[in-house]
Amino acid sequence: MDKVVEILSQPWPWYVAGPLIALIMGLLIYFGNTFGISSNFRTVCAMTIGGKQCSFFDFNWKDQIWNLVFLGGTVIGGFLASEYLSSDLPILLNEKTIKELVELKVYSPEDGINPTSLFNWETLFTLKGFLIFIVGGFLVGFGTRYAGGCTSGHAISGLSNLQLPSLIAVVGFFIGGLVMTYFLLPFILSL
Amino acid sequence: MKFIKYLVLGVFFGIILSKAEVISWYRIYEMFKFQSFHMYGVIGSAVLVGIIFIAIVKKTNLKSLYGETIVIPPKQLSIPRYLYGGIIFGLGWALLGACPGPMFILLGSGYSVLIIPILAAILGTYTYGVVRDKIPH
Repeated sequence: MDKVVEILSQPWPWYVAGPLIALIMGLLIYFGNTFGISSNFRTVCAMTIGGKQCSFFDFNWKDQIWNLVFLGGTVIGGFLASEYLSSDLPILLNEKTIKELVELKVYSPEDGINPTSLFNWETLFTLKGFLIFIVGGFLVGFGTRYAGGCTSGHAISGLSNLQLPSLIAVVGFFIGGLVMTYFLLPFILSL
Repeated sequence: MKFIKYLVLGVFFGIILSKAEVISWYRIYEMFKFQSFHMYGVIGSAVLVGIIFIAIVKKTNLKSLYGETIVIPPKQLSIPRYLYGGIIFGLGWALLGACPGPMFILLGSGYSVLIIPILAAILGTYTYGVVRDKIPH
């Protein structure tokens, strides 16, 4: 058992993770549902504020409870992985990436897989933190509903179904992502 | 009881994305800088297997667990909503370093501050619902 935990605690290669993600999507389809995380944001709006104020949230959100349950499962999965399957090894990034991240002052080798210098409550109360957490989160929530899906709904499900709209959305994801990473992020991280 | 299978799938999804480092801010940065194949490998191999799965579903008219024919509703083709919406999403994805799934998985991993972008994303979705008739689709 210890051996199994030890193996599972190593970082999983892409060719293991990708097909497993497809398996999750396949099972959700087999259960008669679709694979899309961001729909849950809309469901939460429908549950809380409701459809009276805004017709976009006037739908039977009870049909979406399964997706909220799935979402709750992902939180538990994150907890289990970090608690029982974490590895002490530093993340194996490209050396060039590390050099850039050091220059941007977001990288330290003991960080694990996320920059602890960014992902903390103190950062939230700075201009940089406001932009990353609040503006970043808002853009994700607005953009995903405007585009009708996020990485799971468009990049995985949509492209698997060979849908042209999803390809356009994914091209959009990359235009936005590249503009942010190359032009805006270096400035924002320097704040 | 019927919801338990979704909970189990969600748990697995959370573990997979954690262990494949898809929830890593660094990996998203590296992907957008084209400095690693890792994220392209994850998404690419998921899509490849997904294409085969959906092709088989369509070819065999596979019935769902509940005996209904599986239909995958097509999305209506238009350019502005997917392109503009996609660009806005991409800006947020690269800034926060997390898309919606990883936001929740990170929350479970102990990064409690991620509750803030989750609430901001709900606000973003609400704002879209309010202004959607005024923006190009």
